[in-house]
Amino acid sequence: MATIKSTFLNLVITLAVITLVGGLALGYVFQWTKEPIAKAQMEKQLRAIEAVVQGYDNNPVTDKFKVATPDGSDSLEFFPAMAAGELIGMAIKTKSSKGYSGDIWLMVGFTMEGEIQRAVVIEHKETPGLGSKMSDAKFLDQFLNKNPGSVNLKVKKDGGSIDAITGATISSRAFSEAVQRAYETFQSTNHGNAAKQ
Amino acid sequence: MATQLSNKENFLKGIIRENPVFVILLELCPTLGVTSSAINGMGMGMATLFVLVMSNAVISLVKNLIPDKVRIPAFIVIIASFVTVVQLLMAAYTPALNEQLGIFIPLIVVNCIVLGRAEAFASRNTLWASTLDGLGMGVGFTFALTLLGIIRELLGSLSIFGFKLIDADGMLVFVLAPGAFITLGFIIAVMAWMKRKKPIKH
Repeated sequence: MATIKSTFLNLVITLAVITLVGGLALGYVFQWTKEPIAKAQMEKQLRAIEAVVQGYDNNPVTDKFKVATPDGSDSLEFFPAMAAGELIGMAIKTKSSKGYSGDIWLMVGFTMEGEIQRAVVIEHKETPGLGSKMSDAKFLDQFLNKNPGSVNLKVKKDGGSIDAITGATISSRAFSEAVQRAYETFQSTNHGNAAKQ
Repeated sequence: MATQLSNKENFLKGIIRENPVFVILLELCPTLGVTSSAINGMGMGMATLFVLVMSNAVISLVKNLIPDKVRIPAFIVIIASFVTVVQLLMAAYTPALNEQLGIFIPLIVVNCIVLGRAEAFASRNTLWASTLDGLGMGVGFTFALTLLGIIRELLGSLSIFGFKLIDADGMLVFVLAPGAFITLGFIIAVMAWMKRKKPIKH
């Protein structure tokens, strides 16, 4: 098979050449795909924002800023929705680590009064067919136009007003927690106004 | 080589006779893991197909330049490079699919079928034969994963390639891991049964 002898020098040279060529090729592909990857991620965020806040004319992704949660353990990304320079709503990317498997990432849109306009799931690893149903309208619509300040958004088992998904109480609970966390952070910034200035 | 296969055989053997999933039973980890829907199975199959063809081709070209002692490390570096290329390309152009397949794409590196073909075939054969071998194995793998995906999606979610056929919940078990084992078991049983009906050819 191999015509080159397995001397120490040959081994070193062969591996060095192969890794070098591989590395160079990867560097090239990385440069080439860098922009499309960034664009794909930006579009994904924009789509989620579009789903939760309406009527803005700025680019919320370029205007985003980070706000620490009230308990200081984490910070959430705020995407301000502005029309004619006026803040009209806020899309907040929030997460919960209390899901059944892995983190659950949500985008929650608030009006300036603190009402939820809409909440969508960006990413989750919950069980398909059970926890994954949190992306369905039946569950999500329960959060429409609710103000977490006056309505308890916990699942009914925990004394709240949300019907948990059948067979997926843990996922439902995590979802509620993430929404609540976004709301509390939003509140702590005086509905985003404090952070704007 | 004991037997020299024709080009046609090099390509065709991977699809049915030596199908990596149904006959050799290799790569069951991604097979069972990602086939919860037809599109996932197909995406995984195509990614593996690309890696198989490219690594087989390159390894058959450089086989005489690699000393025997570092053969495996050298092959792994070549395979890993192509896997990373696939991953970057998928993240750029099919981000949704890339997220669905998640960890299984980088794990193509350690899929036994890729290193297996490199070691057992590409390191002893010409460029053309190795490319055909990689293509055949890749098509066979894609076929197996797509078939599994279609069956599981049909029974589990009552849809095909994302199109909902009946607006109701399917049999949940087929979307979950046990459904993968059950479906694979039945397919292998059917294939074995069909083989027994035909006289055995060599």
